Amino acid sequence: MKKRIVVMLLAGGQGSRLGVLTSHMAKPAVPFGGKYRIIDFPLSNCVNSGFDTVGVLTQYRPLALNSYLGTGQHWDLDRNNGGVFVLPPYMTEGDARWYSGTANAIWQNREFVDQYDPDYVLILSGDHIYKMDYARMLDFHRRKGAAATIAVISVPWEEAHRFGIMNTDVNAFITGFEEKPKEPKSNLASMGIYIFDWKKLRAYMEADDADPASENDFGKNIIPAMLNNKEVMAAYPFEGYWRDVGTIQSLWEANMDLLGQKPVLDLNDDSWRIYTRNPVMAPHYVSESAKVVNALVAEGAVVEGTVENSVIFCGAHVGKGAVVKDSIIFPGAVVGKSASVDKAIVGENTQVGDFAIVGGPVRPGEKVNNKLTGDITLIGNDVVLPNCAYVPKGTVVNAENPHQPAKEA
Amino acid sequence: MIDNAFGLIYTGEQSGRLKDLTLSRSVAAVPFGGRYRAIDFILSDMVNAGITSVGLITEKNYSSLMDHLGAGKEWDLHRKRDGLFLLPPFLTNENAGVFRGTVDAIRSVSDFIRRTPNEYVILAGSRAILNVDLVPMMEQHLSTGADITILYAEDGTLQPEEHSPDLRLILDETGRVTEMELDAYRPRSVNRSCDVMIMTKALLEYLLEEAYTHGEYDFHRDVLLKKCQTLMIMGHKYEGFVARLESVEGYFANSMALLNPDVRKDLFDPRHPIYTKVKDEVAARYSVSAVVKNSLVADGCVIEGDVENSILFRGVTVKPGAHIINSIVMQGAEVGENVLLDHVILDKGVKILPGRTLQGYDSFPIVIRKNQTV
Repeated sequence: MKKRIVVMLLAGGQGSRLGVLTSHMAKPAVPFGGKYRIIDFPLSNCVNSGFDTVGVLTQYRPLALNSYLGTGQHWDLDRNNGGVFVLPPYMTEGDARWYSGTANAIWQNREFVDQYDPDYVLILSGDHIYKMDYARMLDFHRRKGAAATIAVISVPWEEAHRFGIMNTDVNAFITGFEEKPKEPKSNLASMGIYIFDWKKLRAYMEADDADPASENDFGKNIIPAMLNNKEVMAAYPFEGYWRDVGTIQSLWEANMDLLGQKPVLDLNDDSWRIYTRNPVMAPHYVSESAKVVNALVAEGAVVEGTVENSVIFCGAHVGKGAVVKDSIIFPGAVVGKSASVDKAIVGENTQVGDFAIVGGPVRPGEKVNNKLTGDITLIGNDVVLPNCAYVPKGTVVNAENPHQPAKEA
Repeated sequence: MIDNAFGLIYTGEQSGRLKDLTLSRSVAAVPFGGRYRAIDFILSDMVNAGITSVGLITEKNYSSLMDHLGAGKEWDLHRKRDGLFLLPPFLTNENAGVFRGTVDAIRSVSDFIRRTPNEYVILAGSRAILNVDLVPMMEQHLSTGADITILYAEDGTLQPEEHSPDLRLILDETGRVTEMELDAYRPRSVNRSCDVMIMTKALLEYLLEEAYTHGEYDFHRDVLLKKCQTLMIMGHKYEGFVARLESVEGYFANSMALLNPDVRKDLFDPRHPIYTKVKDEVAARYSVSAVVKNSLVADGCVIEGDVENSILFRGVTVKPGAHIINSIVMQGAEVGENVLLDHVILDKGVKILPGRTLQGYDSFPIVIRKNQTV
């Protein structure tokens, strides 16, 4: 049956900059905000915008994502007509290809899109945290009569060189596109959200696929080709919270944005709920000995220690006397008695032993490889950190490479 | 796993002493434990034991129950085969739509009972909140060859003035029920029925028809008590925590018991999760001014004040300077600045304006009705 628009959600990213958090799952399946996974945001945006047909393109470690999405029932995407579909790469008679680029992923799934005969496709990526009404973007796209519309957000000029920058005219038509320009002419950054006329996009993807030199990427190939051909392309200005959570630093910051007197990112919003696979757990319990200040605590958690400026996910446990500060404790993780966790991300089902110190100062003579993490300490999923372990600031610990208890000085 | 039984839950229980808590809802729909309704427990118990077909007999005020249960999705009971069947009263020539008692209520769904192919039925009320593994109970029923097996728990609180349905079982050393007492002034046994029983569907149908033809209508008084000698009725002991929703004081005490970790371990055993309707609320947010001690807090709460020995349901707002002590605050209630609440039960959507003070007692918790503003 015909659909006006089909959504294609690019969730293939390995997210290597998220280090050990993505060693067993794709980036969109990484937990966020106490009870969500990153992918809940684009999916909920789709549902809240009234878009009900979503293809999720995966190729890296899809198990966690597949089982998380299920039939899509948690997002009201279990539909007779439409719904959510996981689209991994596949083999054909003569050929078997991984997705070689973002555009190629869509191209390989053109039959999926074609069966709905849509006028438009919306391309999303699975690693951004934001609330956005895509229906308004679609209105904008139609009003502008554009072949492609790219959502843009104003970023501080001094940071513009880190983004894909759209140069636009006064009518919001795109005149040029520069990936990470040294001298940006505009501060409108691409959010990686595109609406295309499907027929147009199909033609460009076909040409692109025939070009062996192409990287089959939207930003590098498709968009520049359309600009070269003088297609009408519009920049949809988005105002509001938007964050790429592709690095440890930005993932940590985005979680912290949920805290404070007036959180920068307020999810307590009935008009724009973020849906998720809700854990089946009792309300969280805060004990007599606990102190919880400026924090987010999800159901199933038990807090017996001190929690400050932190996000405690469902089913996590903070033991008696433990102090958790400026940290993110993922689902099911346990912080042992009198342990201290400072500016850290503690992975799913990880156990931090009693009296352990996570995120302590780097001691003389200690070497820490903190290329990925900066001053954030990262304990991966399913790690068992022994009692009294000492993990200096910026360290990455994962289950395959267990932490060696530091030698006593 | 139980593969040859279906569940049948009746929800039309008397609720007078729950006062304002059951003003607009049946006992089965009474909110409990921060995010649940009474019915969630027995329904989840059945699902966790492998039962895939559950009939739910509703009587009065069942709209909030229907809203809560929907198609049974959260319990994995939205199925093509089997599933959850809501059985509201309806009018026929021989059925006035008003039930005189449990016999009438169960008999009114005899079509459902006849249609369900399973050999056994697990018949339960909705008043008892418990997390029971029904599999061993079924195994006991089969191995003893009992006609009826009744789940019971020890209840030492003998309150002669209370007149709630209180079925006591007097057992011999084999666990057979030799005698029963209903609402005894001074019960002779601490073994109190949890209102969960197993029998064959054929026996249930027979007992219902027999009672009906004799003009009897109460399943406990007119059937179980009378059949004590002629049928082999066995007791099955439940050791865990059970909360019975019978009075406002009882509701309050049973809710407060959840602050005890052992009680929570019983009731929220992760091996037998309790399912409920999900609301997609955000995780609870504590502000810099929040002080929370010994409390259960559900998702969606925004806490800026003090909360102690209390239970906050989903989406409760506590403003700065507010003190909530020994209280139960249900879904979506708002507690304003500098409010003091002690021994208070706020029903759903209640608003307490800034500066108000409400104080009740253990024996007399104050209940503020749904959607009221104080």
